Amino acid sequence: MHDLILLFLENTRDSIYMTVVSTLIAYVIGLPLGILLVVTAADGIRPLRALNKVLGALVNLLRSFPFLILLFVISPFTRLVVGTTLGPNATIVALVVAAAPFIARMVESSLREVDGNVIEAAQSMGSSSLQIIMKVMLPESRSSLILNAAIALTTILGYSAMAGIVGGGGLGDLAIRYGYYRYQYNIMYIAVFLLVLIVEVMQGIGLMLAKKLDKRL
Amino acid sequence: MAEDIIRVENLHKSFVSHNKSTEVLQGIDLSVKAGEIYGIIGKSGAGKSTLVRCINYLVKPSSGKVLFEGTDLGELGSRELNQVRHQMAMIFQQFNLLMQRNALKNICYPLEITRVPKEQAKQRAMELLKLVGMETRANAYPAELSGGQKQRIAIARALASNPKVLLCDEATSALDPETTKSILELLRDINHKLGITIVVITHEMAVIEELCSKVAIISDGKIAESGDMAQIFMHPQSEAARQLIFPNRKSIPEMRSRRYCRIVFDGRSSFEPVVANMVLDFGQAVNIMFADTRNLDGMAVGQMVIQLPDNPEVALRMIAYLRDKQISVEEVSDHA
Repeated sequence: MHDLILLFLENTRDSIYMTVVSTLIAYVIGLPLGILLVVTAADGIRPLRALNKVLGALVNLLRSFPFLILLFVISPFTRLVVGTTLGPNATIVALVVAAAPFIARMVESSLREVDGNVIEAAQSMGSSSLQIIMKVMLPESRSSLILNAAIALTTILGYSAMAGIVGGGGLGDLAIRYGYYRYQYNIMYIAVFLLVLIVEVMQGIGLMLAKKLDKRL
Repeated sequence: MAEDIIRVENLHKSFVSHNKSTEVLQGIDLSVKAGEIYGIIGKSGAGKSTLVRCINYLVKPSSGKVLFEGTDLGELGSRELNQVRHQMAMIFQQFNLLMQRNALKNICYPLEITRVPKEQAKQRAMELLKLVGMETRANAYPAELSGGQKQRIAIARALASNPKVLLCDEATSALDPETTKSILELLRDINHKLGITIVVITHEMAVIEELCSKVAIISDGKIAESGDMAQIFMHPQSEAARQLIFPNRKSIPEMRSRRYCRIVFDGRSSFEPVVANMVLDFGQAVNIMFADTRNLDGMAVGQMVIQLPDNPEVALRMIAYLRDKQISVEEVSDHA
């Protein structure tokens, strides 16, 4: 019994670890990418048609891969980066590759919610493009960014569970190994329940923060 | 004579959409002197919003020049252009405040981007809040403020960088008449106290009358007429100007075949019962179609449209009678 609890704890920890770390890294790539997509668009503050097209195509390409296929396709790259294709760290590599373009699109849609007239006002006051991004676009869309970050986290948690198929570690791995392969359905259900719980908590925190920080009433 | 703070020379702007090019501005010339309140009025679609955005280069003209204090904005890089914009602030119809910042922080924004130290910026913002009568709402977010209050904050924000020019793009069009009046008063106050040149874009004649000393009438992408407010009000030359000064003229179509005169008197003669005397002298009735007196630049100005008797000889003598009384008479015959 004690072993079992330990098993769940370890795998919950792994799931959260994979999700949070890969989300963070994915944001490091996806946030600037999303900003670039908005800023360089034809109606953006620095229209750059060619760059916008290339970035858009790249994002679409990566997003069109089903996650499981991506896991296999990039396994040589994964091995190169972390030295193995098994376990949480290997999964993180794949998660980042899958999540970054997804996050870029989420960031793009959040930033597009900012009223163009407010951006125009900032331009009329003599703001540089960087100032508009840092002081207008990002702060004005912060609630939407947080909500989307909660969605990103839960989606990435879902992906991380999928990686259980290839021994990616975490609750998904546990559910597949014990529940699906060894017919210990109880363990599978508990693992799934824990995943649901984590999603609920993340979504709840995201919603709460977004609401608290939104001054539009 | 004060120098031109803003000069627009032969400005053209075309927009291309669906492979069709539309020329919104077709050769605009205007000059605004320092300290003036300059009105640009036109119907929606006349190109006035594009024009004001060309003045601070938010919209890049297709050809022609915009000069600010003699500097051609078209020759500036983006950094220098931003410096010019610090001196040429703008307010908008929809206020365009940062929704996630409170009033004080909104006013601090232009100071932040010019790297004014935080404490100093805050102090300046508080002064400006006082100037616009909003010192008690420093911590309120835009969503908690009414339209008029938001525009006051927007004005304070625009003034934060100590601009020389304030561009107002339909600044009162989203406000009720009462609030409009108080915002116009505030703008006039700012012009008087701080000597800031104000350019007002509007479709409302009342705003121009209330505020401006100079006016340009824009119609179909061209300046139909420009000059002193009082002059244009009393002697409109263009059809566009007449339509604006006299918006309801078209609502009396059943009188088409008759003969009308528009008469304008200045403060002096409006105290004389000129029309009544004329009627008594001639023993012939005239029909007053429209009458209005207004306060223009401290001078009472009245205008009337009268329908003259059918007898052409009497009509001509009446016109002569009025002219003899130093009253400007103009036959309004274009709808006859």
